[in-house]
Amino acid sequence: MYDKGKVLTGLAIFVIIVTFPIWYNASGSEHYPNPKILTKVKDCVMPLAYMRSSHMKLLVDWRDEVLRDGNRTKVTVDGVKYQRSLQDGCMYCHKSKTKFCDECHKYVGTEPYCWDCHFVPKETD
Amino acid sequence: MDVKRRKFLKIAGLSAVAGLAAPSAFNLLLNKGEALATEGRSGAKSEAHGEKSGETSRQYGMVIDLERLQRSPGLAEKCIHACNTEHNIPQYNNPKDEIKWIWLDDYRHSFPEHSQYKKNTALAKLPVVLLCNHCAHPPCVRACPTKATFKNSDGVVMMDYHRCIGCRFCMAACPYGARSFNWRRPREKDANGKYKFFPDGVNPEFPMRMRGVVEKCNFCAKRTLAGRLPACVEACGDSKALVFGDINDPKSEISQVLKAKYTIQRKPAAGTEPSVFYII
Amino acid sequence: MLEKALEGNNRYWAWIFFLLGVITIGGLFYVHQFHYGLGSTGMSRDVSWGIYIAQFTFMVGVAAGGVMLALPLYIHDYKVFGKIAILGEFMAIAAVAMCLMFITVDLGQPMRIMNVLLHPTPHSMLFWDMIVLNGYLFLNVVCGWGILHSVYKEVPPPKWAKPLVILSVPWAFSIHTVTAFLYCGLPGRHFWLTAILAPRFLASAFAAGPALLIIIALIMKHMGCFDPGKEAIQKLTTIIIYAAITNLFFVGLEFFTAYYSNVPEHMATLNYLFWGVDGHNSLVYLMRFGMFIGIAGIIMLLFQKFRQSDGWLGFCLALIFASLWIDKGVGFVLAGFVPNPFDRITEYYPTLSEISIALGVWAAGALILTLLYKIALKVEFKED
Repeated sequence: MYDKGKVLTGLAIFVIIVTFPIWYNASGSEHYPNPKILTKVKDCVMPLAYMRSSHMKLLVDWRDEVLRDGNRTKVTVDGVKYQRSLQDGCMYCHKSKTKFCDECHKYVGTEPYCWDCHFVPKETD
Repeated sequence: MDVKRRKFLKIAGLSAVAGLAAPSAFNLLLNKGEALATEGRSGAKSEAHGEKSGETSRQYGMVIDLERLQRSPGLAEKCIHACNTEHNIPQYNNPKDEIKWIWLDDYRHSFPEHSQYKKNTALAKLPVVLLCNHCAHPPCVRACPTKATFKNSDGVVMMDYHRCIGCRFCMAACPYGARSFNWRRPREKDANGKYKFFPDGVNPEFPMRMRGVVEKCNFCAKRTLAGRLPACVEACGDSKALVFGDINDPKSEISQVLKAKYTIQRKPAAGTEPSVFYII
Repeated sequence: MLEKALEGNNRYWAWIFFLLGVITIGGLFYVHQFHYGLGSTGMSRDVSWGIYIAQFTFMVGVAAGGVMLALPLYIHDYKVFGKIAILGEFMAIAAVAMCLMFITVDLGQPMRIMNVLLHPTPHSMLFWDMIVLNGYLFLNVVCGWGILHSVYKEVPPPKWAKPLVILSVPWAFSIHTVTAFLYCGLPGRHFWLTAILAPRFLASAFAAGPALLIIIALIMKHMGCFDPGKEAIQKLTTIIIYAAITNLFFVGLEFFTAYYSNVPEHMATLNYLFWGVDGHNSLVYLMRFGMFIGIAGIIMLLFQKFRQSDGWLGFCLALIFASLWIDKGVGFVLAGFVPNPFDRITEYYPTLSEISIALGVWAAGALILTLLYKIALKVEFKED
């Protein structure tokens, strides 16, 4: 093998960089997300599992339907009508951005740009 | 023989694929073009998920009576202010960053294609309310590479701020200077936590925009869907200086006004068929 | 083959690090622009495209110009260009890469650039521009690299190369035609709304691209790297002269139509560019200077004395190239926004940040070109 030393050093550096997230977080002082749903209502517009995995898709679909197709019909769950809107619909029940949205988004390190333009409703617990 | 057969099969297969794919691709193009070309004459069509509406579809429009606006001083400013606060239009106070949806200019510059030769100089100075024309054949919609700007089923030229990539092709395409770009972040706050560019406060019901997207008048699409009048029209009260409605509906108030009065449009030679009309 | 780019003398490395330095400065300014927004440029509501899009338009021309080598060689089997055709292809790669970079730095939301593919919009000319530019990049990378690789391996060029290089000839015409369509299909901009725009773009491209190529070839020759051969240079110079004269003729047609018809909208922008309007004359001297050096360069090249000397030839071609750059890389795009739709004049001055970013992109293009040429010369001529 040519340049044994160089190759091995390079490989070692590569492995360290690739595994960086694992040993960086290995300290164990990990904070697990615990989003709070601040409402007495039992049912969301979709089943819990779907909302957990695909709420972003639902929001994008609502957005396109409302903005592009002008379809502002409301979603009815248990006789309650909800607007198909993040600000005026979702946040009606999930009143706190910090305790609901940010909890998981921070954990997974994602930064949706919803609130760059839309207004966060006044937080009242 | 095998070699020949293979070759034949290859050629046959390729031509089949080409034969199937080419016409459909071609049709797609043709239909797009045709739809664009006939859009205005047969009424508006939605550019949103590709569905087309028939002849009966709406085309919202506006008649702006400059004489009535002249008669009540301050009314135009009131309309503009109503829009600015409704839609959170930032006030940068410099022409480089400026954003405007509805604004005032004089007749000479609003209708530069109209000759001022030997004409009454008072006319040149007449204030004119300007806004997006919501054209029947909008060049901006034609230019947009992502359909971020599109015509909705009410004939309104809409902006999808979530999709806009900020290429500003629509700004080059618009013959009316109706489009503004967010050269910077409008939501900046000062040291006291106050919004820097919204001296009159903000309307939490309507989103702001992010830097790097184009924006313009949306004929208050959110309000009209809820059965309300656009903010500028509402601000005019009963003055009838601004009349709003469906210009494709012969029974609408605006159609009656258009039938009764002589109106002009900005730059008709551009072939865009503007939906905003002026009574001088 | 890539390893060939890593062998060079001190002069080569100094040049590489100089380019990397310029790219870094541009990159730092871009980071600021990315966070602040395009307000860090001189663009405004009235002049909404600036030097980024102007450079983009010009570089599309440089990219298309390479076809003036490919066409005689591959269609007419003009063997004299056999040696330098690869230089044209590699220049096209660098130029198209610069085009894509200029488009990207001009976007307000560059992270969303893939929306053009996610929501394909055939009625937008920008959509087609994206297709033809990327297609041209692909063709030149595949053909240039493929043919060079066969030389490297000392085997005959692959069979698929021939149809692709022939396809690249009309494709070169298409990139500049579609780029012209970006402008000449807009109803409100009278300066751009002219059917002769695509041919004019092509004529200026077929002068600017080869001119740059010869200048680079002459520099390389005098640094002792490689000699493209006298006949190739002279033939290409003839092509450049014809293209430059054609371009000048087309510009003249614009002047005739505007001023003989006396239609105000048609005259307005030319007035602004060459005479100034109401004291707004930021481009007047530059445009006149550009026009002058362009004509001077063409006239000088009509004399054998200037054509036969490498120094004079390079100088004349530099004049023509600079003239075309001023015409298309500055005046054409910026002045299209003057006067604005309200018959008012807003002048545009690029900011330091904007200029640095544009220089960074130029340096990135030069870097790509240097590396590719290094490889090409090493492989094809076994030279430095």
